[in-house]
Amino acid sequence: MEQILANGVYLGSQYAMIALGLTLIFALMNVLNFAHGQMYVIGGFVTYTIYGQWGVPFVLALVMSCVTLAILGALIEKFLFAPVIKGSAREESTMLLAAGIAFFLDAVILLVFGEKQRGVPKIVDGVFNWDFRIIMPYDRILICMLAILSIVAFIGLMQYTKTGRALRALAQDRTAAQLMGVNVDRYSMIGFALGAMLAGLVGGLLVTITGVNLGMGGPTSIKAFMMVMIGGAGVISGAIWGGIILGFMEAIGLALLYQYGDITYLLIFVSLMIFLAIRPQGLMGKPWG
Amino acid sequence: MLGFSSKQLIGVGVFLFVIFIGVPLVIGATGRWDFFFTLTSVALLAIASAGVWLTFYIGRINIGQGAFALIGAYVSAILVVKAGWSFWISLPAAGLFAAVVAVLIGLPILRLRGVYFAMITLVLTQVVTLTALALPITNGAKGISNIPLPSGLSIFGIPLIPDFGSMENTKLAFYLTACVLMVVTYAALYRLVNSRLGHLCRSMQQNEELASSIGVNIAYIRIVIFAISSFFGGIGGAMFGSIAQSVYPSTFVVADSVNFMLNCFLGGLGYVFGPMLGTLVLYFGWDLLFEIGKYQMLVYSMILIAVIRFLPNGLLSVRFGKGDKK
Repeated sequence: MEQILANGVYLGSQYAMIALGLTLIFALMNVLNFAHGQMYVIGGFVTYTIYGQWGVPFVLALVMSCVTLAILGALIEKFLFAPVIKGSAREESTMLLAAGIAFFLDAVILLVFGEKQRGVPKIVDGVFNWDFRIIMPYDRILICMLAILSIVAFIGLMQYTKTGRALRALAQDRTAAQLMGVNVDRYSMIGFALGAMLAGLVGGLLVTITGVNLGMGGPTSIKAFMMVMIGGAGVISGAIWGGIILGFMEAIGLALLYQYGDITYLLIFVSLMIFLAIRPQGLMGKPWG
Repeated sequence: MLGFSSKQLIGVGVFLFVIFIGVPLVIGATGRWDFFFTLTSVALLAIASAGVWLTFYIGRINIGQGAFALIGAYVSAILVVKAGWSFWISLPAAGLFAAVVAVLIGLPILRLRGVYFAMITLVLTQVVTLTALALPITNGAKGISNIPLPSGLSIFGIPLIPDFGSMENTKLAFYLTACVLMVVTYAALYRLVNSRLGHLCRSMQQNEELASSIGVNIAYIRIVIFAISSFFGGIGGAMFGSIAQSVYPSTFVVADSVNFMLNCFLGGLGYVFGPMLGTLVLYFGWDLLFEIGKYQMLVYSMILIAVIRFLPNGLLSVRFGKGDKK
């Protein structure tokens, strides 16, 4: 049981970070970012190249993943999303754009990095073993800690800095924020870059454990959507809860039902649908977000 | 069906002439028989996309059409292979089954709106794929293969189907069948949009509370629309399975659901024939770009991004301008 809980914490902390980026972008711009999983994969590949191939220290590689994705996110927002949101009659057109970007990033990843599964050397060796009740490699514990630390840092940023305050104002009411003197265009771009950066950070962290490959993008996006739905779209605390809940469901399901194969995911999906039928806005969402 | 201008009638006439006579002639002349398969797929995917478009019409983003297409394909395949039904009876049965499923699922989930509905339908596709993997009747990951061709025995025995196929090859027969289905679908869609129900849908698209307050039974209408939409999905999927002669859980996956939605967006949500054009452009474009090998995806996605960047309201918005509702 302790082992299941530990796995749950480990999965949950990663998932929460993925969901945070997605929900941030959604809260700010009402964009459902289909390309989030692909951004995560790119983050993984950047760390793989810099740390795994060039032998640069891991922390530096991680920073590079963040920087690359932040720049990428800012450019995508500035030159693609912002003009399309201005020009289209219906807001949902951005979904087509997001899907197009997802395809595009997939193609770029395929051309630049190929389709092979890539892994990097372990960052720390050894396994933590508490009387055979919890067995967990040290690198997983380290990644889990780093993920939790990043989440705390992110919440701190959102709560206590000027940028965070502007972003929260923007998420609450775009027009009102603009009237209060928030530079909406600029902070939309910063927010998008921040969301993309989070995806890159998780990608960089997880490449040390699961490795990275081209096909991970799509399923990651779907999982992120689910977490966001559990917690409520566009709510920061909801995304964290969604990530933790999905992490625990997966850990418990895989432990108890492993002999039935994919039935865990089927159960998760079905229970999610039932949950949403009862509570459409998720745990913490505003009704009709 | 009154009130057609002569211009519209000529347009429809030209369209019918092109797809039923022009295309086979051109393909026969150039010898590119593989285009038949491409165009058949386009016609069938356009049927499913028409369903997605219809749910857009009541203001819901539907990314779950792949689920209903897969349900349709499986129902038809199981009825034909295990129960020995004729394909032409299993086709409407598949559509109806998909519609019944849509009613059952739609009752709870149609209360959701906006991105919530979009995301739950996306999850729905995943649920159906996983269910198909888990259930014994669907044969799991092996799927159902060796589905008999409908043309072989059953099709010509039924007087309802014209004897177009007895001397032609199956590619042409399938092409014509798919086109007939597509034309019927879009005629039905056009009729629906220009009926009383269509007006009620437009009122819902604009504001559900307001529509409800002036006496529109929104719960009933959205179920009906979702059922019709899924019926189209089921029909398209069943026909697709019959042409491929096999159904697997991966026949329609999340990416297909997303593509159905993209077809509608690309063609333009304000136009009945938008999804048809969108499907043609997306699918045919993808097929044509096959020539450039590994850069196919790159060029395709760049074109897609460019189109939405410069024509955010869909391809048809170029001709008709903004705000013109068909």
